[in-house]
Amino acid sequence: MMKHIMRSGIYLLPIALMTSFLVFSMLLLLPGDPTIALLGERATLEEREALRIKMGFDDPIPLQYARWMEKTVTGDFGRSLRTQEPVADMLATRIPVTLELTLLAVLLSVVIGVPGGILAALKRNTWTDFIISFLSMGGMALPYFWAGILLIRLFSLQLGWLPPSGYVPFFQDPVQNVKLMIMPSLTVGVSLIALVMRQTRTSMLEVMSQDYIRTARAKGVSHTRVVFRHALHNAMIPIVTVIGLQMGALVSGAVVTETIFSLPGLGRMIVEGIFERDLAPVQAGILVIVIGVILVNMLTDLTYAVLDRRIKL
Amino acid sequence: MSQAITLQREAAERSDNRFVVAARRFSRHRVGMCGLGVILVLVVCATFAPWLTPYDPIEINYEAMLAPPSWLHWMGTDEIGRDLLSRLIYGARVSLQIVFVAIILSLAVGGAIGLVSGYVGGKVDNVIMRVMDGLLAFPLLVLALGVIAVLGPDLMNAIIALAVVNVPGFARLVRGQVLSVRELDFVQAARAVGASDIRIMLKHIWPSVAGNVIVYASLRASSVLITESSLAFLGLGAEPPTPTWGQMLATAMEYWSAWWMSIFPGLAIFFSALAFNFLGDGIRDALDVRLGD
Repeated sequence: MMKHIMRSGIYLLPIALMTSFLVFSMLLLLPGDPTIALLGERATLEEREALRIKMGFDDPIPLQYARWMEKTVTGDFGRSLRTQEPVADMLATRIPVTLELTLLAVLLSVVIGVPGGILAALKRNTWTDFIISFLSMGGMALPYFWAGILLIRLFSLQLGWLPPSGYVPFFQDPVQNVKLMIMPSLTVGVSLIALVMRQTRTSMLEVMSQDYIRTARAKGVSHTRVVFRHALHNAMIPIVTVIGLQMGALVSGAVVTETIFSLPGLGRMIVEGIFERDLAPVQAGILVIVIGVILVNMLTDLTYAVLDRRIKL
Repeated sequence: MSQAITLQREAAERSDNRFVVAARRFSRHRVGMCGLGVILVLVVCATFAPWLTPYDPIEINYEAMLAPPSWLHWMGTDEIGRDLLSRLIYGARVSLQIVFVAIILSLAVGGAIGLVSGYVGGKVDNVIMRVMDGLLAFPLLVLALGVIAVLGPDLMNAIIALAVVNVPGFARLVRGQVLSVRELDFVQAARAVGASDIRIMLKHIWPSVAGNVIVYASLRASSVLITESSLAFLGLGAEPPTPTWGQMLATAMEYWSAWWMSIFPGLAIFFSALAFNFLGDGIRDALDVRLGD
């Protein structure tokens, strides 16, 4: 296990370094003077010169990168231009929101997608199957921001079941938090639910036709046990792969969804930073998201081993 | 001389045949034809927008604010009385332009990077591909936001961002193809005859990888459209009053009672994205290409 973590770490480390360099280079690529971008238009010439020396903008790029890396690794992401708040503090309040949103979306995709897919596979070529397949086709093409708007229309305006937007931290009021997070996580998850449903159907159909399932049946194993224990277990690997591969899309969805439902997450922070021409939070938010996605890829690899003991770690 | 001409004509007929075969196969692909149909309708709407639209898409009409769909305004009007149908048609113009320009840009840049990287090989290839891997690790929209954060939010920069986001995919695809073609006999032959590197890349290698690139480009279209609408929805696309579907949806969130404002632009994005997907599937099956990812 340890060896496997090390190995995928060695593979992912150069990618993580490269992404960090790309995020760092945003500052270099800024058109015009980076000190204006950091201090704002009102800064005096002396202030800008002082910052130029302090930040070492005249130094060679590798040196600048090393210095930036050193600060970043120790958790110093600079300060927000607008609020003067340390970006690290902003991250501390915003990461949990985005994390909860994406985790709930994945949870929903498993809770809704897997049973839906199993049902479709077991009732192959019946109306149930057609309806489920049709829904998953549509779900995959549904733009998430429109899905969010439709959900608000239905659940907040028509039925009045859920509040349309806002955020309460989980530990402050768990019930209200869940109420506020249901629609956003459905919005983020809608295409993943559809995708998981289709993948579950496909891989269940494949697995159910194999010999060992017939053997299990012949032994007199009950239908439920065959489906959930023998078949599903082996059908899970492609499903986990789909979820792992979709993390990037999921995060992209989260960025927009946070705007729809006014959730104070990383995506909102990045978009606000762009409007305010406030680069430090944008860089930090992007870096955290990319590293998060890379870590999830690593985690996906590890799940294979848990699901299938034959895969040697 | 006459023999050369005959040979040329034969070659032309053969390539023509390949195209005809693909077109015939595509015409039997029902889903693909559906997609093509919808896209054609969109293209016609976008091209002839000034003649098709019943109203001026940015003309304010205080007499008809938030009017529901009627014979006068088929899809209703928005908060300042602009005709929604007209805005949707003009929105198609904006969206399609962005999608096509962004894809062609990323195809040109990504294709060139992939060609050079695969053809030159060695250290150059290594460095370029590490950078592309790094870019591929970014979620699409997040990378687009990064580009816009650097360049500033406006329409031109949104197009650049959408292009940049798709460059690594094209580069990696083309590079992989080039690697497999580079050592084939016809390339070696061209080199032996003394063709220049650029000529070999463009005249000999490119035609044999172009099919896959076209398929990949068509499969990317719906994702580019969704990302474009997302940016517009966030307020990072074309500036108002230029109508875009994404920004129309964002406005609709301030006027919940006007259901038509949030339904029609959403349907437009949904069906266009679906159509691009179908079209891409059709082209892929017609050219009989299997893409790695």
